[in-house]
Amino acid sequence: MRIIFEKRQSISRRAMVLVPVVSFLVSLLLGAILLLISGANPFETYAAMARGTFGSTYNFSETLVKAIPLMLTGLGVSIAFRMRFWNIGAEGQLTLGGVAAAWVALYWAGRVPAFLLLPLAILAGMVAGALWAGVPAFLKAYLGVDETLTTLMLNYVAILFAAHLYYGPWRDPQGYGFPGTAQFDPSVWLPRLVGTRAHLGLIFAIVLALALWFVLNRTRWGFELKIIGENQVAARYLGIGIARNIVLALLLSGALSGLAGACEVTGISRRLQQGLSIGYGYTAIIVAWMAQLNPIAVLFVAILMGALLVGGDQVQMTMGLPASMGLVLQGMILFPMLAGSLFTEYRLRIVRPEKTDPLASETVEAAS
Amino acid sequence: MIISLLTSVLSITLRAGTSLVYATVGEIYTERSGILNLGLEGMMLMGAVTAFATAYYSGSVGLGLVVALAVGAMLAAIHAFLTVTMRANQVVSGLSITLFGSGLASFLGQRLGPVSNNYYLVGMVGPKFTPIRIPWLSKIPVLGALFSQDILTYLVYLLVPLAWFYLYKTREGLNLRAVGENPQTADAMGINVTRTRYLYTVFGGMLAGLGGAHLSLAYTPGWTENLTGGRGWIVIALVIFAMWNPARAILGAILFGGINAVQFRIQAAGTTIPAEFLNMLPYLLTILVLIVMTWWEALSKRIGAPAALGNAYMREDK
Repeated sequence: MRIIFEKRQSISRRAMVLVPVVSFLVSLLLGAILLLISGANPFETYAAMARGTFGSTYNFSETLVKAIPLMLTGLGVSIAFRMRFWNIGAEGQLTLGGVAAAWVALYWAGRVPAFLLLPLAILAGMVAGALWAGVPAFLKAYLGVDETLTTLMLNYVAILFAAHLYYGPWRDPQGYGFPGTAQFDPSVWLPRLVGTRAHLGLIFAIVLALALWFVLNRTRWGFELKIIGENQVAARYLGIGIARNIVLALLLSGALSGLAGACEVTGISRRLQQGLSIGYGYTAIIVAWMAQLNPIAVLFVAILMGALLVGGDQVQMTMGLPASMGLVLQGMILFPMLAGSLFTEYRLRIVRPEKTDPLASETVEAAS
Repeated sequence: MIISLLTSVLSITLRAGTSLVYATVGEIYTERSGILNLGLEGMMLMGAVTAFATAYYSGSVGLGLVVALAVGAMLAAIHAFLTVTMRANQVVSGLSITLFGSGLASFLGQRLGPVSNNYYLVGMVGPKFTPIRIPWLSKIPVLGALFSQDILTYLVYLLVPLAWFYLYKTREGLNLRAVGENPQTADAMGINVTRTRYLYTVFGGMLAGLGGAHLSLAYTPGWTENLTGGRGWIVIALVIFAMWNPARAILGAILFGGINAVQFRIQAAGTTIPAEFLNMLPYLLTILVLIVMTWWEALSKRIGAPAALGNAYMREDK
């Protein structure tokens, strides 16, 4: 008797829902072990995290503040991942989006009508993010250069470039040496929900998720992207332009991350400053994969991941635990998730040795 | 003047390149078995933080190395389990190892420190590897720099030829290459594909942990957040640059170690180029290396990537 894996005829829907949920619970369990080792009570810690993230309207709005950039970058990353294009450059695309929005906010004020300033800043952020993703997309599509590394390397370049700006030429002269630009004119502030820091970016994310769901599942282009991701050879036979589609999809992917950056600087910090991105672009990978690249699911997973970030800050303030606790929990979610993904495509089957009649085995022996 | 400049550039190159060689050789072995490990950055960070913490409390740098090897091995074992046994996507599994490893390294860095420093490891001074000058040899102009390094750098001089010899001149090396080229055939030849892939993924993780330990115990002694600064990713590019040959791993390390040295010298000499732009050099160079290698591959058909790299092997799938 032995156990074999058998490929399922179609992907199991039940496993698709069950696997992420179980993965989250397993990650909490593993996190509890880590907490016990480091001398903290897991129940108290998780309770503090839950209170700090969903306990009050304000706390929940802070969770949303962290979730918004995760939603936008998560959507962006999912588009690329659908084509098996490993865009891990959302962090850099977000950063440059913030830089471009800040450039409009700081240097276009007074030159264009005030009501145009905010839309232009957001547009500039999207364009910058799109171009930053366009470079590795072009290199991949037309020269075949591995995208994992180019997208990642460009993160460092973008972050250093932003640092150069807010430490150097763009630094606020009245900022007492604080690494950041001057605050933007209020006409470039992204509207916030009254009494909270949750901003209009939330509406952008929801609308874009719905639009993306439609485009990816109900249009020819979405179908083309899916085919490219699943089977490049088939895509070529169907006459789908692979290179062109990679570039187009990545421009869109980068634009979404750029939008996230533009929303961060106009909605939260209202200036370009150190710590624009706290690893959103990397967490976006977890968001996209856990949501199984479904745009609607991205919204909910982003809230969960945002909660882990806010929860990490909370346990730092209330219990003196490192805020990176949230990152550790996020990092652990994908392990059970990856292990479980086997069950969406395969099923386990126990095979009993078939009854063989002694005569048959004799003939085999004789033959050999 | 020029002699001392060259000596210092060579010396920094070697010191900066050491961790890269360890991780590159390790990743070459892993990829030769058909497994792509993008978790190197996380493994190096974890190796660095645990090695430093161990050395700090035990006073023994050697023990720090042992712990870094073990931590690298454990993280790599997770990757091997997910990709070999559970046939998970290798890219995503590697990415999650990196995300998990950098998160946990940051957590440990704020937890393992002494009470007096609020449990922070950052800013602590611990034992470190110091350069050992070899008599006579270290006196040679310029090349003397080769012989006034720490022990981990000397070990690199041994590791690289040994790794080359094992891969190309031994039975086990042949088996390893067979698994990475064509697991079906290797399986039919009686080589245990699963075992081979586990073994060399774990081996690669150990070397990545060691590379991380060299950073926190020798190159820039101590722990800071994101100590590796993307070295784990640069290594992935260096493997391509080395065309999966351990002997050539040294070239990439020299190139990138050299960039560090040049950066350092330009900064020391006083320049109007903003520091941020100088710091971009290694990352831009990585992209350039990738473009050149890809272009070269297009010209000469094949630069040596194992044919089965990135593919899970499942007997039942035939």
